[in-house]
Amino acid sequence: MFLNFIVFFQMCPVSELILNLTDQYGHERTSLLPILQGVVQQENYLSEYAMIEIARALNLSAAEVYGTATFYSFLEYKKMGKYLIRICKTISCSMKGKNQVLMAIEDMLKIKVGETTPDGMFSLLQTNCLGFCHMAPAMLINFDVYTDLTPEKVREILSGYLNRKGGANDTRI
Amino acid sequence: MTTKIKIIINDKQIEVAEGSSIVDAAVCAGVIIPTLCFHKDLCVAGNCRVCVVEIAGQKRLSAACATPCEEGMEILTNSLKVRNARKQIIELLLSEHNADCTLCYKNGNCELQKLASDYKIMTQDFIQLAPLRKYQIDHYSPSMIKDDSKCIRCQRCVRTCAEIQGVSALTAAYKGDRMKIATFFEKPMNDVVCTNCGQCINHCPTGALVERNYIEEVWDALANKDKFVIVQTAPAVRVGLGEELGFEPGTRVTGKMVAALKRLGFDAVMDTDFSADLTIMEEGSELLMRLKKVLVDHDPNVKLPLATSCSPAWIKYIEHMYPDYLDHLSTCKSPQQMFGALVKTYYAKHFNLNPENIVSVSIMPCTAKKFEANRPEMHDSGYRDVDYVLTTRELAIMIKQAGIDFLKLDDRSFDQIMGASTGAGVIFGATGGVMEAALRTAYELVTGREVPFENLNIMPVRGMEGVREASILIENPLPDWSFLEGVELKCAVAHGLVNAKSLMDSIVSGESQYHFIEIMACPGGCLGGGGQPIPTNPEIRRKRALAIYAEDQGMPLRKSHQNPEILKIYSEFLTEPLSEVSHHLLHTHYTPRERF
Repeated sequence: MFLNFIVFFQMCPVSELILNLTDQYGHERTSLLPILQGVVQQENYLSEYAMIEIARALNLSAAEVYGTATFYSFLEYKKMGKYLIRICKTISCSMKGKNQVLMAIEDMLKIKVGETTPDGMFSLLQTNCLGFCHMAPAMLINFDVYTDLTPEKVREILSGYLNRKGGANDTRI
Repeated sequence: MTTKIKIIINDKQIEVAEGSSIVDAAVCAGVIIPTLCFHKDLCVAGNCRVCVVEIAGQKRLSAACATPCEEGMEILTNSLKVRNARKQIIELLLSEHNADCTLCYKNGNCELQKLASDYKIMTQDFIQLAPLRKYQIDHYSPSMIKDDSKCIRCQRCVRTCAEIQGVSALTAAYKGDRMKIATFFEKPMNDVVCTNCGQCINHCPTGALVERNYIEEVWDALANKDKFVIVQTAPAVRVGLGEELGFEPGTRVTGKMVAALKRLGFDAVMDTDFSADLTIMEEGSELLMRLKKVLVDHDPNVKLPLATSCSPAWIKYIEHMYPDYLDHLSTCKSPQQMFGALVKTYYAKHFNLNPENIVSVSIMPCTAKKFEANRPEMHDSGYRDVDYVLTTRELAIMIKQAGIDFLKLDDRSFDQIMGASTGAGVIFGATGGVMEAALRTAYELVTGREVPFENLNIMPVRGMEGVREASILIENPLPDWSFLEGVELKCAVAHGLVNAKSLMDSIVSGESQYHFIEIMACPGGCLGGGGQPIPTNPEIRRKRALAIYAEDQGMPLRKSHQNPEILKIYSEFLTEPLSEVSHHLLHTHYTPRERF
């Protein structure tokens, strides 16, 4: 009973968010994608609970919501860190030294691609082309783009994030 | 009238209706184009590409299932270009398929295997991807097994679950080469909204979705001298089984089926039709009792319409989707479970058998029955009421294994004391059948006269329309039922859960006012069940339905309350419908479940 109580209060923000999103985008099948995006924007990922609530709100089967969420690369369905790093894996970035950059990130954060730091601050993923081939290699941290990366530069960028993590000037989107 | 257009298929000019696909048109020209993702029951997907054809003037090959004919179109279905492409397409499909055919349950009845055999795919020019991928087999359900390594991602199951059943327990998840058929968060089928109806199994072209079979368990029981093995056969099995054993669809093989079961070594071969008749007695009485409580006593706790409870997939569906409406379900168990509960009580007592040594087997056109027999509440006899449920297909496998020449068998008849049935029990196998059987008995119980339809055939509830309605005006009832004078008994029938949903929604919204509704989860009712022979399509369902009604027409008794064994069981054991014994053994309760 007590556990349920805690769960209820923890979950409330997502339910409220979904309520707001359905108010904004409607309850149609076509509202699904903007609602999924809205949840990811705030929560960084789509939890099982969030997908169930979305299915309930739109009168869809939960499997259909899951199918849609897993189709799109930028809709995460696993718990992600506060800062989600996506480094471009396509050919232009690879040719301009993306592997060295990736190694620098892995070395600094002590995580591999697909993993999240134990403190829940950073997750590291690879992505397809970001459209910044002319400034390769490129990466995203949440929705901010970083280009012309080198191992030195990426260490500097990450240091910036590490220093402000949880701090007053947290500019998380 | 539809406009006709002229097209040429392989030099042969034919006329076809405008808008028909090349696949359909080819049939008129006597050409069979191979298909895989295409199924008559489902919308066109056009994703497997096996049906590619060459159209004059077009550079690219087109999928015949997804291309409508146009005036003057010249189509080649067997050009060199087509043949090469088709062979490569099959090879590519096979490269992603775990082709351990000899170890596969669908060996011999697999559409992909047949294509590979027809086109003699004897080389592996592409990298075999199946061994390189990690696949999981979902075998947690008592009804079915899902093996992704056999899946060719044609999405027939996804379309079946969405279009026929409106459940969408399965979906296409991920994309590109990682695309797979998944449930919500890839949970086991047992843990999601799946109703176990088995329609996905019936529509799967490969061995990716199959029933969980209990063939070896039943063989073991038959070989065990200490066990008394009793079998019951559902109404729809007798019109489907023949298809697996060399007969045309729509052939009735009741007598041969009984003979085969006796040859297999079952100690008693009895009929689910018997308990279907019993269901009518109980459910008909329940309907009349509910009518009385609503119309006379104005009891707010008694709900109408009364909904039938014979279809276990429908039961699981309503438990998930309309948990607030479980009070509408008849408390009657399905005929299978009534039979099971009686086998280990009434039958055991009558023949002085120890129920512990009885193994109760049922042959069903259904995979959801496997789940139903496994429900915790189905132990009212003090034992598990039904031990093993086999589908029509599994029985056919056993008959083949036993080396029985089915075509040459002489007809035998069911054993006593739970083997006699009426035409009313037989029609349980077709959509509308339970309704028709119930009306035949209830109307006569109330008025003392037969239902006012020619030859007892209540035609408005028959047919393949998704939702059908009928009403019967009750006039001059017997004195006990005088409150029903002038009441127009309104009924509705739905089959396929997508139709059940529309019927339920109209009831929930208050738009429709019915007294009695019959719902069968599978299209066509049990005769189109998930455990019936593959393929099942609209044409085959129509033939099986004709066979069911022919069987009914040919029975000397066609009303459940005339069944002598039913009269006997009430006088010797159950006393009367809805008695205390009945309530204990023949009725059940339902569990609300989460929709998500």
